Amino acid sequence: MTAEHFDVIVVGAGPSGNAATYTLAKAGLKVLQLERGEYPGSKNVQGAILYSDALERIIPDFRDSAPLERHVIEQRLWMLDDSSYVGMHYRSDDFNEERPGRYTILRAQFDKWFSQQVRDAGATLLCETTVTELVRDEGGRVIGVGTDRDGGKLLADVVILAEGVNGLVGRSSGLRNELEPASVALAVKEMHFLPKETIDTRFTLKGNEGVVIEAMGTITEGMTGTAFIYTNQESVSVGIGCLVSDLADKGCSPYELLEAFKNHPSVKPLLAGSETKEYAAHLIPEGGYKAMPQLFGDGWIVVGDAGHFVNAVHREGSNLAMTTGRIAGETVAWLKEQAAPCSKVNLREYTRRLEESFVMKDMRKYKNMPSFLHRNLPLFDLYPRLLSQAAQTWFRVDGVDKRTKEKEILTSFRKGRSLSGLFGDAFKMARAWR
Amino acid sequence: MSKTGQEDRPKVKVEEKLFHNRYLVDAGRPHIKVHPHDKPSAALLSLTHVCPAGCYSLGDGGKVEIVADGCMECGTCRVLCGPTGEIEWNYPRGGFGVLYKFG
Ligand SMILES: Cc1cc2nc3c(=O)[nH]c(=O)nc-3n(C[C@H](O)[C@H](O)[C@H](O)COP(=O)(O)OP(=O)(O)OC[C@H]3O[C@@H](n4cnc5c(N)ncnc54)[C@H](O)[C@@H]3O)c2cc1C
Ligand code: SF4
Repeated sequence: MTAEHFDVIVVGAGPSGNAATYTLAKAGLKVLQLERGEYPGSKNVQGAILYSDALERIIPDFRDSAPLERHVIEQRLWMLDDSSYVGMHYRSDDFNEERPGRYTILRAQFDKWFSQQVRDAGATLLCETTVTELVRDEGGRVIGVGTDRDGGKLLADVVILAEGVNGLVGRSSGLRNELEPASVALAVKEMHFLPKETIDTRFTLKGNEGVVIEAMGTITEGMTGTAFIYTNQESVSVGIGCLVSDLADKGCSPYELLEAFKNHPSVKPLLAGSETKEYAAHLIPEGGYKAMPQLFGDGWIVVGDAGHFVNAVHREGSNLAMTTGRIAGETVAWLKEQAAPCSKVNLREYTRRLEESFVMKDMRKYKNMPSFLHRNLPLFDLYPRLLSQAAQTWFRVDGVDKRTKEKEILTSFRKGRSLSGLFGDAFKMARAWR
Repeated sequence: MSKTGQEDRPKVKVEEKLFHNRYLVDAGRPHIKVHPHDKPSAALLSLTHVCPAGCYSLGDGGKVEIVADGCMECGTCRVLCGPTGEIEWNYPRGGFGVLYKFG
């Protein structure tokens, strides 16, 4: 059987694969993109906050046609105990700008839109096609892929693996190790529909303004994890995620955690009367820099979640996916221009460019964060409780003098965790943050 | 210290959640299989709780069984039981499986 030959084959049509394919097609290369879902986005899950900067560098006028829900004018960070939250809210009218930097989106719809731009740029997309293997030549160089469709191998000068967190193709081809349960979080999410006016009223919004809430605390029952509530036009996305290792150790059902979060007294009124239309689950690679696999080799490059490019502290993933996809595309186009082969030596240029961008700088900055959070700590149980107690003591006007209140608060902290423990935690946190 | 715990969580039927989703089931070709076993490992056993679609259950004689129709293809069971070798995990054939409308 004669196999058709492409300049590049991209595995996956999520943000990383779409960014790579778009960049390559715009550079005039012959690109084939393969996606296992019925349509791009049908398998994909995100909160979802879209960061404009990463997309703007690929499609500068994306705002004219992309399906954007709301631009974010307010960010809330909540620490919850069983009945309360202590929070920090930042809201600014400055975010009502001409080119907002953060939008909520619905991934299935966003991916469809992005894919249309990719095809308009001239790439070929084949859906309902699962890549099952990499094809190599005698020298071990990757020269194409095999799929679950009839019809032989598909060949290319280079294969870009944009296959997402599970990275099955890379794994079955021996390019990487299995994911560690402590390096991935399992997140579950529901879509709750409400009339736009109801959302506007409950979150004090107007027009396309949106609020995002990130929450942590006793809702994860001591496991490393966070929850979120994001406002869309006519729906609210609600989700919670914990490290797979923690869920397994505790024998905990993620949907029960989600249900408990939805029923928290601070959350329940926000969702009251809503109609649930979807329940989704997905892994998030949260092992950071130390969990990253080899990113390139003879004839192959890894981008996005498959490369473990997620900044869990800042809840960034899709922007890293798009940026790594774009940079991989630019690198391959640059090599093609010089008629240089996509060998391992030449593809080193990909990581060199990543090092220059914010991508590797951020990945490095937080390289100790995952192990810090994992070994931790009272962060997901004791501290939220203490904080809430302290706030309650402080705000109640009950005839107790203020000095006694201060003492009570200090004592509760020292009883909960010894002074050296408190300082130790603060110190470790600062080190991991640095 | 922890006041909240398993006992206090509201009970939910995961089927009621999965009911909202769209699937194209590849009848007769399950993409995940549990290998025959005498006694499940702790990891395999934990899947009866951890699988977000409730696909794993405890059957006769303390063996773990799977019905993968509601699977959302997250890969959690693969991560946990890949190393123990107790399950075989593949993506559904192209086009089959879960179909998110919102994601
Ligand atoms: C609950 C949740 C909330 C999140 N919130 C945010 C957020 O608010 N902001 C943010 O920036 N990031 C967020 N992220 C992270 C973000 O979703 C990911 O980082 C991003 O989707 C990664 O993009 P990707 O293209 O690398 O992978 P994916 O989006 O997973 O895309 C991979 C694609 O490859 C396809 N594929 C896989 N294997 C094969 C194969 N063998 N053959 C053919 N096709 C294949 C898949 O079907 C899929 O379309 C969140 C993630 C989750 C789970
Ligand atoms: S892939 Fe996820 S949803 Fe499917 S059976 Fe495994 S754990 Fe359950």
